[in-house]
Amino acid sequence: MELGVYSFGDTQRNPDGSLRSTAEAIRNLFDGIVRADEVGLDYFGVGEHHTFEMPASSPGSLIAAAAAATTQITLGSSVSVLSTDDPVRVFQQFSTADAISGGRVEITAGRGSSTESFPLFGYELANYDQLYEEKLDLLLNINANERVTWSGAVRPALHDMAVVPRPASGSLPIWVGTGGSAPSSVRAGRLGMPVVYGIIGGVPAQFAPLAELYRRTAAQAGHSGPSIKVGVAALGMIAPTKEEAKDRWYPGWRRTFESLGAVRGWRAPTRTQFDALSEAPGAYYVGGPDDIAERIAELHDHLGHSRHFLQMDLGGLPQEHFLESITLLGTEVKPRVERLLAKK
Amino acid sequence: MTTLGILGAGRVGTSVARAALKAGYTVNIAASGAAEDIALLTEVMTPGATAMTAADAVASADLVVVAVPLHKYRSVDPNLLSGKVVIDAMNYWAPIDGTQDDFEATDLTSSETIADHLAGARLVKSLNHIGYHELEEHGRPSGDPNRRALAVASDDDDAAALVMELIDRLGYDAVMAGPLVAGAAFQPGTNIFGGELTAPELLDELARHRERHLANAEFQRTA
Repeated sequence: MELGVYSFGDTQRNPDGSLRSTAEAIRNLFDGIVRADEVGLDYFGVGEHHTFEMPASSPGSLIAAAAAATTQITLGSSVSVLSTDDPVRVFQQFSTADAISGGRVEITAGRGSSTESFPLFGYELANYDQLYEEKLDLLLNINANERVTWSGAVRPALHDMAVVPRPASGSLPIWVGTGGSAPSSVRAGRLGMPVVYGIIGGVPAQFAPLAELYRRTAAQAGHSGPSIKVGVAALGMIAPTKEEAKDRWYPGWRRTFESLGAVRGWRAPTRTQFDALSEAPGAYYVGGPDDIAERIAELHDHLGHSRHFLQMDLGGLPQEHFLESITLLGTEVKPRVERLLAKK
Repeated sequence: MTTLGILGAGRVGTSVARAALKAGYTVNIAASGAAEDIALLTEVMTPGATAMTAADAVASADLVVVAVPLHKYRSVDPNLLSGKVVIDAMNYWAPIDGTQDDFEATDLTSSETIADHLAGARLVKSLNHIGYHELEEHGRPSGDPNRRALAVASDDDDAAALVMELIDRLGYDAVMAGPLVAGAAFQPGTNIFGGELTAPELLDELARHRERHLANAEFQRTA
């Protein structure tokens, strides 16, 4: 089981609640990636969001920097909002970082849960189906072919064009990121791509039918082997004890879901909801090392997933708590998960 | 009334299908293409339901649920649904799905715009203000004091009555909000859409909405 972290960047707060600088947030995120590498974590995913609260807008740039400063960790996007980007540019940025890292870079293509990139880059959100479909097709084409011939409606055609540099191992792992719709699982299975489920609410074990649908679709389409695998991106944070973890994490969680709720028309979140979601079988992996290791191993019984990674830094989580959480995930949770899974 | 036809095999369609199967309905489900395109999806995600073409799912249904992404509503064939009782479970939710001219540049509620497109269908707005994962979890037996309520709006009282029976069997108190235009009270941005309400609470919110609406109309007449 690979363990890791993902982040959209998390701008720190002043005592009065106002935001500190977004540049500091990027530096903090960079330090978090370096820490994750040092403590033996397997994966770090970056962005993409485009807000003052979550400013990791350019995963490729940050991953290139991290590629030079790390030695073993796999680096990827979580997700690249492919619909509003140019697949040629995305591939070039990630294959460049891949060259620097010596072959440790991946892409996760998704639609993204936030919508800021559409007006930012001049796209219509209502077109996202076509944008995503065609751009994913182009990205896969580039990944498979040194010279690319492609035509579609959302981007100028390419005729026998070189797209370089080529990845160290020939191609980049490209995952499909999804919030968990059945048609997205079918799509990933038909394409033979690995899939990562973003599970940010509800009961994670209830994703089991989706994972089954994905695997059976892949088998039906004739895909097998190491690229047929499931990842889970969830929310959570580790501290020495569960009570400490919840107390550290709650203020930022509340701030984040209050502002999401204001935009989406939900009621303000409550501590009761938070406490419920923080207990098994809820969605949040917030707790101490024993508790979190058991819950990850338990979810593995349902999903058979091979990668589990957490978004920890929400709503101005103090940087020292972010770094301690990363450290505990690598040094305490990871060996426990390995022991638990070895027993099964 | 025992057979439900569901158009849309996404999150909403599949969760309505599972909840209805649990409540004892026969469920037929369709996406945009051939039945075999969603055969495996149906087998795994909604065991007990049957994958069909949209035409077959509608023809065999006492009640049809339209749960396609709103921006694809024009892909639903009005001829197919003519004379059918149809639940519009869709929302125009711009912060999530982006702005769409068909719904932005009008004073109509989203369901009235859908009704214009599906002229001939007996349209009922409902199942739109509960989360797709909640629908399968929040149901309670009739008489439970904490039973959640779901609103219904339609210009066709008989159609509304059929939908209210479905809602009760799914585990919710059904509350008649009024004609289709009354769906404005439970669209995105309203307290009903954002909350989890019992029947008395839902009735209070509907009354508050009507008062505000009348006050606005009065203001516009006199201003």
